[in-house]
Amino acid sequence: MTTFTPTTAAEVREMVRWAAAEEQPLETVGQGSKRGIGRPAQSEHVLDLSRLTGVTLYEPEELVLSARAGTPLAEIEDLLRNRGQELAFEPMDYGRLFGAAPGRGTIGGALAANLSGPRRLKAGAARDHILGVAAVSGRGEAFKAGGRVVKNVTGYDLSKAMAGSWGTLAVVTDVTFKVLPAAETETTVAVRSLIDDDAIAAMALAMGSSAEVSSAAHLPEGVTGRIAGGVLGGGPATLLRVEGFGPSVAYRVNALHGLLKDAGTVETVEGTASRTIWRDVRDCAPFADGTMHPVWRVSMTPGEAARFVLALRMEAGVDAFYDWQGGLVWLRMEADPEAEAVRRLLRRFGGGHATLVRAEPQWRAATPVFEPQPPALAALSARVKEQFDPKGILNPGRMAADAPSDRLVPSRMGPSLTRETRT
Amino acid sequence: MSGLLMPKPDAATLSRRAEIVADMRIIVPREGVVDTVNGMRAFETDGLTAYRQLPLVVVLPETVTQVSRILKYCNERNIRVVPRGSGTSLSGGALPLEDAVLLVMSRFNRILEIDYSNRVVVAQPGVTNLGITHAVEQEGFYYAPDPSSQIACSIGGNVAENSGGVHCLKYGLTANNVLGIEMVLMDGEVVRLGGKHLDSEGYDLLGVMTGSEGLLGVVTEVTVRILKKPETARALLIGFPTSEQGGQCVADIIGAGIVPGGMEMMDRPAISAAEDFVHAGYPLDVEALLIVELDGPGVEVDHLIGRVEAIALNNGSTTCRVSTSEQERLTFWAGRKAAFPAVGRISPDYYCMDGTIPRKELPRVLAGMRELSEQYGLGVANVFHAGDGNLHPLILYDANVPGELDKAEAFGADILRLCVEVGGVLTGEHGVGVEKRDLMGEMFSEADLDQQMRVKCAFDPNHLLNPGKVFPQLRRCAELGRMHVHRGQLAFPDIPRF
Repeated sequence: MTTFTPTTAAEVREMVRWAAAEEQPLETVGQGSKRGIGRPAQSEHVLDLSRLTGVTLYEPEELVLSARAGTPLAEIEDLLRNRGQELAFEPMDYGRLFGAAPGRGTIGGALAANLSGPRRLKAGAARDHILGVAAVSGRGEAFKAGGRVVKNVTGYDLSKAMAGSWGTLAVVTDVTFKVLPAAETETTVAVRSLIDDDAIAAMALAMGSSAEVSSAAHLPEGVTGRIAGGVLGGGPATLLRVEGFGPSVAYRVNALHGLLKDAGTVETVEGTASRTIWRDVRDCAPFADGTMHPVWRVSMTPGEAARFVLALRMEAGVDAFYDWQGGLVWLRMEADPEAEAVRRLLRRFGGGHATLVRAEPQWRAATPVFEPQPPALAALSARVKEQFDPKGILNPGRMAADAPSDRLVPSRMGPSLTRETRT
Repeated sequence: MSGLLMPKPDAATLSRRAEIVADMRIIVPREGVVDTVNGMRAFETDGLTAYRQLPLVVVLPETVTQVSRILKYCNERNIRVVPRGSGTSLSGGALPLEDAVLLVMSRFNRILEIDYSNRVVVAQPGVTNLGITHAVEQEGFYYAPDPSSQIACSIGGNVAENSGGVHCLKYGLTANNVLGIEMVLMDGEVVRLGGKHLDSEGYDLLGVMTGSEGLLGVVTEVTVRILKKPETARALLIGFPTSEQGGQCVADIIGAGIVPGGMEMMDRPAISAAEDFVHAGYPLDVEALLIVELDGPGVEVDHLIGRVEAIALNNGSTTCRVSTSEQERLTFWAGRKAAFPAVGRISPDYYCMDGTIPRKELPRVLAGMRELSEQYGLGVANVFHAGDGNLHPLILYDANVPGELDKAEAFGADILRLCVEVGGVLTGEHGVGVEKRDLMGEMFSEADLDQQMRVKCAFDPNHLLNPGKVFPQLRRCAELGRMHVHRGQLAFPDIPRF
């Protein structure tokens, strides 16, 4: 295996051009923090972007930040924090779920995986904050899309096409994101002892109020204790996050207490404890158990989530908790991924997308990791892929089994590459 | 009409017009096909009225099946299709072509589902933007993006243009508020993207479709997020002696961590035109007038008003009024909302531009515009979505004076070049359409545009859907698909590797 470590966009372009010419597959990685997600890809060469780093523009008053794709996310978040700002889409950190250290990952990876967090409900995901990219297509051609201003409808939004593409369309070399002021303070309102059904109703009530709840999660009995070092004690907890300016937060927390007083016991969690709770919900900490038990991330209609989980429990051993008002269900299976049951029941309960984010490689090779698409959409997606990467050299097989990797020629080192170190 | 080059009409299609009309009548019941000159006259232009063209035939389908059959029919026979919603595009996105079927989606006018617990509305694309809010406001909900044409513009058109509005700094554009669509591809295939769920795995084709100006597919259903109305809203009306001070005030408000619901700026010509028209009580002795609207719980709004007042004073504001009633808030807005017709009163015609710039470049761009204004001998008034840097210069001209439209268009193009030069973009919310098509090269390289056109090839390989829009020059997909790489000729000896 050969690893290329470019430090400039021009070098990235040269490498992709070579790979395209020689029809050699490339696996693009940043810090590798999400490398275990997706179908296990077999690529002869690794394009390591972890040295393509640096914040190239940060103008807090313009709410804009540009960086090279390999810039560590942690570095960017620190920089923003020092100016009272943040990436409002709250990118989750997969580290702990995979038994690795937290705090790794790059800004390019955040885009490629379209990361988000509990605030997704109100603030959107990476796709909603990306303003522009520079990238190298699988054709080896450098292109840019979007810009550095918030409001822009000039041409197709190819920046969004990069979000969630897992590096299979182009190698993004530079990103420009919208940044936003961080909330002055946050408080969590916790309604206790609700069963899943009632929790879904309580979250819908809260989200439909003018309390401007920014996150809504429900931890069933047995999951609660695994959040924020057990600060919530035992028993189910339905969590509502309120963020903003001090007086406003106090007012809205009070409003939620009034709204939910008949639903159950209502508690208030403030400050660091509140922030830790949401960090753990974001990072799926309850299932960061040091095992490789299969974990599903299910994006679905919020109102159907409890019934979906109930139906699944009748068929399989499963541990579950809810984020996004129920619109995001995390499932940990006791043994097999049970893909057939998960996807059949998801279709029955309003449809959506189930992604097998954690599983042993053999499961990820045997099961479609990402939700299979209907034929017309799958064909359209394949045509889009073909237009970016006609030779199928970028992360072949990572998203779909039918990527055109079979068209690639067997490994043959280019003349200028024979001196490469093999690891 | 000034010299706009559109794709050459296809003679074969023109010669088969009667047959095509008859076939359309088989697909869509009689009154859904309009082929008389008088009947088609109503569709010959959109919001960019400088350009007019009668289509081959107007078809108004009512079902997804009809849309699918029309597109499949046209695709198989190499007939061009121009989709149209309410026809409010300010960039000529719905301008018909002589040899193209004009596919009008106005009969798709039903709201299909209101779902409060999941906070979504599912609507057909011909429902107006405001129609969605009207359907849910009894329960205190609304749909956030509010383009100024919201009373007329359709939600399908909003998807096509990624429409914004004065509230999008805080609440996002159409792209951030649409959760799903159903659309028909040029070959008649029906595809659903997204739905009531937030994340869809696979390529973000919903993101690509939003703002694609009708070149990729025809939207037949839209699922949007609805929000609970803020408890209260109040506005500040702040005047500054210079635009620099106004601009700095905007920067300081955002720097203080405040994201207002709306933040609009007007320059002196716009202030005076608006005040003459609606008598909103605007100060006439200022160079820049800022309207800052804060929304949310009363306690939050009161808290932030105090902070914004202090910031304004600190930046040398000479006047600062805070609305004390809903009536007063609406009066503050009345002048801004009437700015376009107000300018229409002081000039026989005006041409509305739509660039976005990094906010800090505002003084430089305004100065540049003043110079251009002198150079072209045409006046210009500016309204500005100050929070997100979206400028709407209104160029004043008289279409009855020979050559003035051309001059206004050249002036407009120079303004947009200036926007790009300072790091901005050609269009913030009105779209490229035919209007800014030939300026795309100012912002994008050939490689950038080629990659965009390749995406078009994945959706519509024969370039039949809305041709002549967005791209200055259409290149055949086969040509775009060629790869110019040569084995063994690429060397890169100095790259660090391990």
